[in-house]
Amino acid sequence: MAQFRQCPDTGLFFHKEAENLMKANAVAGVVCLLIGGILALLVVLTRWPAIHLLPADSFYMVLTAHGVCALIFWMIFFEMAILYFAGSTLLRSRLATPRWAWAGFVMMVIGAVMTLAAIFGGKSSVMMTSYVPMRAEPHFYLGLVIFAVGALIGCFVYLGTLVVAKNEKTYEGSVPLVTFGATTACIIAIFTIASGAEILIPTYLWSIGYISHIDPAMYRLIWWALGHSSQQINVAAHVAVWYLIAGVIFGARPMSEKVSRAAYLLYIFFLQLASAHHLLTDPGLSVEWKLFNTSYAMYLAVLASMIHGLTVPGAIEVAQRKKGLTNGAFEWLRKAPWGNPVFSSMFISLVGFGFLGGISGVVMGTEQISIIIHNTIYVPGHFHATVVIGTTMAWMGLTYLLIPVLFRRKMIFPQAAKLQPYIFALGMSMVAVFHMAAGTLGVARRHWDMGFAGNPLGFEYPATAYLLMGIAGIGGVIGVIGGALFCVIAVGSLVFGEKLQKEAGLLQSFGVPLADSAYTNEKPARLPMAPAEAVEADHGESGFEAPGTFILAMVLLVSFVIYYFINWKYLSEVWGIS
Amino acid sequence: MADENNTDEREEDENISPWQQMIDNPFLLLFIGVAMPTVFYTLWGVMEIASIPVAPY
Repeated sequence: MAQFRQCPDTGLFFHKEAENLMKANAVAGVVCLLIGGILALLVVLTRWPAIHLLPADSFYMVLTAHGVCALIFWMIFFEMAILYFAGSTLLRSRLATPRWAWAGFVMMVIGAVMTLAAIFGGKSSVMMTSYVPMRAEPHFYLGLVIFAVGALIGCFVYLGTLVVAKNEKTYEGSVPLVTFGATTACIIAIFTIASGAEILIPTYLWSIGYISHIDPAMYRLIWWALGHSSQQINVAAHVAVWYLIAGVIFGARPMSEKVSRAAYLLYIFFLQLASAHHLLTDPGLSVEWKLFNTSYAMYLAVLASMIHGLTVPGAIEVAQRKKGLTNGAFEWLRKAPWGNPVFSSMFISLVGFGFLGGISGVVMGTEQISIIIHNTIYVPGHFHATVVIGTTMAWMGLTYLLIPVLFRRKMIFPQAAKLQPYIFALGMSMVAVFHMAAGTLGVARRHWDMGFAGNPLGFEYPATAYLLMGIAGIGGVIGVIGGALFCVIAVGSLVFGEKLQKEAGLLQSFGVPLADSAYTNEKPARLPMAPAEAVEADHGESGFEAPGTFILAMVLLVSFVIYYFINWKYLSEVWGIS
Repeated sequence: MADENNTDEREEDENISPWQQMIDNPFLLLFIGVAMPTVFYTLWGVMEIASIPVAPY
């Protein structure tokens, strides 16, 4: 018999098995973030030219572990927690096959430990991309495969939960938008993991000598279906988190649910094709393939992101205006709860993802411009804007929301928690912006020594490049401080936070079930379909329902156009036209 | 009783447009979401790389 408890503060229903899995996955994710963050500090202090902390071999080992921990393990563990939350809690459904879900979780833990053991063994410093013919230890690839299979099981448990919820009629009408977004993330994850298996299983066989040769071009093609699509899972999931937080904090409803769902549909159709922008400078692939997969199809996925970027703040603005915050274009934003880390993390995630990550991503995805920034430190600048400011900050906001709701603990250090999103965002924005600037001057990514000391083909960068890398280093340290603060608050709250429910003991914070007394065998009432919006007085201005959001969207558009042409100007300086 | 349930279900279905019912099917979406990149990114790309002539020794 399924057991449920209802959160007294939010009214959300938690299925016992799903709840424990959410906790276990979220905690495992935060542990990976902690490891990734410590490694990030070592990377930052080495790439900061004035400090140059680690020797070369340690640097490449640490950079490999940082990439794998922060970009794969932290993200996917947390996404599993989101899938179980969206499938079970939001649909008021029991979780399908919890034992399989636990098996998947255990496989993910084993895979993560195995891969990290291979990296810290010192003979698998092949970067996260592990391009052949560089060869890592066999258990590096095997660990990733086991981790991926575990995640795949989690995805199918989620799909099974959707079937259970539909068959048991736990909700009316269509699934909520947030669950639809999680389904999009799950679909992208399945393609991503399948691509990972396609390339990592042969690579594992190659590493143990069963296959003699793997074609590097073929490897890059298939690997990026894994490497980039894995970041698209993040995009679909963090957009779902934006909608969730906007709904919880403001009672905001999407400006048009149909349009938001259509935007998710564009993600399902086109988002994964954007992997091609990693191969824009590769020989062997035709212009037609590159143009279709980036310009023609990727822009439809970009359109979807722009729709979400418009409708989420638009929904917040409409909700705020209904509460009477109608003075000028931005009273709704000025009087938003900036001291609430759930909101501030989410809104910074939205703005940072759009302005820094989105604009730079589209610019990089242009074949001609890609030539001048490919393989430079511009690329890490871009993806620290999307994955760290965009996704990680959305996850942080969700964590702050869930500490009392899911873990039943009061958050410790509330004053520090108010500041944490701003510290983290400041540091990571500096990393993103100054790395992009240094990349524009040609500074290579991944390289231990930007000066190429002792190299016969050394290159002398202008002094500005060293200055930019130094400022990025300062930003990185600030970002690590912000990230460490998050880990202290999140983990500290689970251990030392005041109990909001007597059953919420220490072990219960880490996935051990609450006592049976916390649950009832009564099935939750069916989730009603959201009522149609009542037609109310117009709270907007000048004929716009959300004028402030419209202005912000125009600022984004103008920024994008200006930045796009600046990069064409840079390109024209590479090859003078006479 | 069973008839009442069926009537409720029918009424509920009538409230949801066919288009919405289609995109409510996660397995159809899964098929599209896997088929699109498999065809346009992976298979097309693999064919192009596989058709590159091998350089003479």
